[in-house]
Formats: sequence, structure tokens, C-alpha cells
Amino acid sequence: MLWLGVLYLGSLAALFITSLWSVDAFGGNIERIWNLDNYRDLFTIEVYRTITVRTLLIAALVTVIDALLAFPIALYMAKVASPRLQRILVIAVLTPLWASYLVKAYAWRGMFASGGPLDSVGISPGYGLAATVLTLSYLWLPYMILPMYAGLERLPSSLIEASADLGAGTGTTMRRVVLPVLFPAAVAGSIFTFSLTLGDYIAVKIVGGANQMLGNVVYDSFLTGNNLPFAAAVATIPVAAMLVYLAAVRRTGALDSL
Amino acid sequence: MTFSGPTRALLRLFTALVLLFVYAPLALVVLNSFNTSRTFEWPPPGLTTRWWSAALESDGARNAIVVSLEVALIATAIALVLGTMAALALQRFRFFGRDTVSLLIILPIALPGVVTGIALANAFLTMFGIQLGMLTLVVSHATFCIVTVFNNAIARLRRLGGNLEEASMDLGAGTFRTFWSVTLPMMRSALLAGGLLSFALSFDEIIVTTFTAGQGIQTLPIWIYQNLFRPNQAPVVNVVAAALIVLSVVPIWISQKLAGTDESVAAAR
Repeated sequence: MLWLGVLYLGSLAALFITSLWSVDAFGGNIERIWNLDNYRDLFTIEVYRTITVRTLLIAALVTVIDALLAFPIALYMAKVASPRLQRILVIAVLTPLWASYLVKAYAWRGMFASGGPLDSVGISPGYGLAATVLTLSYLWLPYMILPMYAGLERLPSSLIEASADLGAGTGTTMRRVVLPVLFPAAVAGSIFTFSLTLGDYIAVKIVGGANQMLGNVVYDSFLTGNNLPFAAAVATIPVAAMLVYLAAVRRTGALDSL
Repeated sequence: MTFSGPTRALLRLFTALVLLFVYAPLALVVLNSFNTSRTFEWPPPGLTTRWWSAALESDGARNAIVVSLEVALIATAIALVLGTMAALALQRFRFFGRDTVSLLIILPIALPGVVTGIALANAFLTMFGIQLGMLTLVVSHATFCIVTVFNNAIARLRRLGGNLEEASMDLGAGTFRTFWSVTLPMMRSALLAGGLLSFALSFDEIIVTTFTAGQGIQTLPIWIYQNLFRPNQAPVVNVVAAALIVLSVVPIWISQKLAGTDESVAAAR
């Protein structure tokens, strides 16, 4: 408890404080001079704006793709499959979660490689942003399927039957019965897909070609550029984005099901 | 079940496609680990086990595996103790700021890994003045492992309620005795699932690791990452990746044995 409270929150606070310091130009040492220079750079230098917008767009896109992919499979698992098949499908969805993140990103590097399986049938987008979005969607898909499945599982089948008996077509039943249950589940899943995408810098390095996301800027400033304060300032962007997002979804009640 | 025949057929087809999407890349890695071509020519010109024996002799990979195992074991052990304690405190006692604490515990999983990584690295370097190394790495891993253990433990505690513990206390057992012979046995499978998950998480973690491990320490994911872009290491990296994919079945199998589907769904959260 104390561990988390002190270490984690303390670290976040310290991170914010550090972002207000600067680095002296010669030794790369941190100077404890209070200023907003890092934030000014962040907002005024074109390339950082582009990267921020790009990262947010990728995160949103990945979330939408995952929701669209997850919905039918979650519905099938929860409401159509036999109990036995259902169990097998849950395992099938869970297993890739245990496979290493890096290995999965690496697997897509192989898929997209020129001369690789996708290229040989002419549908590989090559390394770039499209490949990044696809890989990230792939990586976080189980995080979307599982809450949706859990949500739909709790929806009694009798409600769907009742809706049909009362004359609603498949479309109406979907909209009026299934969707209200699905929405909080999708939001819970989206917290993962969104947050994980915001911070990612490895997948984009592996399949994204020369493109960068916010995580790369943090990483490069910290490890290569030796500019911890600037890295800290960049890292506050995903934090701010997540806090806004969490505040926005709080009303849906999705946070309780995390 | 009221879905019409065509809807069901469509859903089935879609599910099959998604599963194909999920497993095809993994299958490719496993297949490529037997590919005779050094550059993973597609389709493979022939199959060989040469790379697997080469990988067995790779010192870099072997050392990295040992480091990863050490870190994961220590971090999981810390997380099991602290995570269980946190869950007990939160479930059994009402205190000021209880809700804030439960939100706080979600934070490390709701915020991106890169933020956790840099925040911890910054804290170690500027606040405590500790050099990055094994200690900072284990502490960082334990931080997110606590969350997974906590989640599993609290879910179990919620379901159990406090009746049995009250009965134990009424029968004259002290707090410690009650914990040891009543609470702990009932929580065992949840803790095992949580421990398993945090072990796997730690074993595979790369983002927080790059920020908090410093230069000298190489865990397995770091080793893979550093060798990923080196063409002459590609076959060995591929074998390690394939082995990890095959091994990922093990924890699933254990957790299925352990507790049925519901638990493993909870465990994956």
C-alpha cells in the first residue's frame, strides 16, 4: 500500500516537477531552475505537435478497430457457441496474451516483410503507419474481447428472446438490448487499448519504419538525448490524455468493472 | 438462442477469421524457426532444426533468460506478499480514503508503460539518487505485479465474504491463526493465478525494463529487442520467439487446471 502510494504517486509527482527543470547545454546535468521551456518546446515545435496528433489518432483508430473486431467474436462466444466451444474459444483468445508482447510484434515484422507471406499475395502494406495500427490492434485485441464477452455473458439470453418475441428484428434487438450492455464493456476495454497504444514505442519501431510516436520521443530524450526533463514533459501528454479519457468514461460505470 | 441462421453463420465465419488473424503470425514465427533460409525466405525452401541447436548454444540468450527468471521470481514474491496485504486491508477494514486507494491501485495499469517507466526512473535518479540496476528493476517490476496480485486477491475476498473468518475468531482463533488456517487456504488458487500472471508479466516486460534496468542488465525481452535488427542473429532470435510462443500454453494450462474458465478470465485482466 505504502509502496504504491509513495513510490508510484510520488514518482508521478516528481516526474511532473522534473518536467519543469532544464538541462544545461554542456554536461547534460539537470539544472533545478523552474521554467516552462520544455512545455513551450513541446507546443511550438512542429514535429512534436505532429507526433502528438499522430499518436492520439493511432490510439483512437486502434480502439475502434478492436471494438469492431471484438464485437462479433464476443457475441458469438457468449450467445451462439455451445458451452464446450465457449470454453475452448476463451482459451483461444487468452493464450496469445501469455505470449510475449515483443514476440507478437516480431511476428508481424515477419508477416509484413518484403517477400513475406502477406507480400507474396500482394496485400502487405510494408513497414509504416498502417502496419503499426494493424500490429497494435492485434496486440490489444484480447483486452477488448474479454470485457465484451464478460458483459454479454451476463446478459440473459431470455432478454434477447423476449425482444424477438415482442417483434423486434435482429437489428432492433442489437441496438436496444445488446448495445446498452456492450457499451460499458467496450469502454472498459478501450481504456486498455487506448492507454497501451499511447505509450507504445516498441511496435512502431519494429513495424513502423521511420515513423515515431510519443513513446519514442520519451525514450529517445531519456536514453539517447540524456534530457530527462524534456522526456518528463513529453510523458505528461499521455498522462493528461488518459486522465481526460478516464474522467470522460467515468460516468459509464466502466471503471467499476476493471 | 434467437439469432437467425445466416446471422449465426456470419458470426461463426467472422470468429474463425479473427482466430486466423490471431494465430497466423504466431504460426509463422514457429514455422520460420525451422526455415533453412537465413533471411526467412517465403515460402520456406526447406526445414531444419539447425537454428534450434544454435540457439541452445547462445550464451547471450541463456544469460538473459536467467536474469529474467530472477527478476520475475523476486518481483512476484514481493507482489504476492504486498498485494495480498493490500487486498486484505482494503476488503476487511473501512478507513479514510479507501476509494482513493483502490483507484490508485488501478493507475499503474491504466497509465501507459512508458509513463510508469520514466516516472520510476526519474524517481530513482533524481529523488533517491540510486543508480539504475538490478534493485531498481526489481522494485519497478514489483510495482505493477502488485496490481495483478491485488486484483485477483480482492476478487476472491469479495466473493468469500467474512463469515468464515468471524466464525474462526468466535471459536477462539487469533488474527494470525485465522489468516493462516482460514483465509489463506481459501485464497490459495486466486493467489496462484495472480502470482502466475505477475510472473508472466514481469518475464515479458520490456517498456518499464528499458527505463529502469540501466545499461548492464539484459533481460530476455531486452536481449530479443537488441538482436531483432541484427540480420546474423535473426535465426536465433526467431527460435527464442518460437519457444516463447510454445511455452505460453503452459500458464494457460496451469490456470485451467487450477480454477476453471472464470478464474482465468479474471486473471487476464
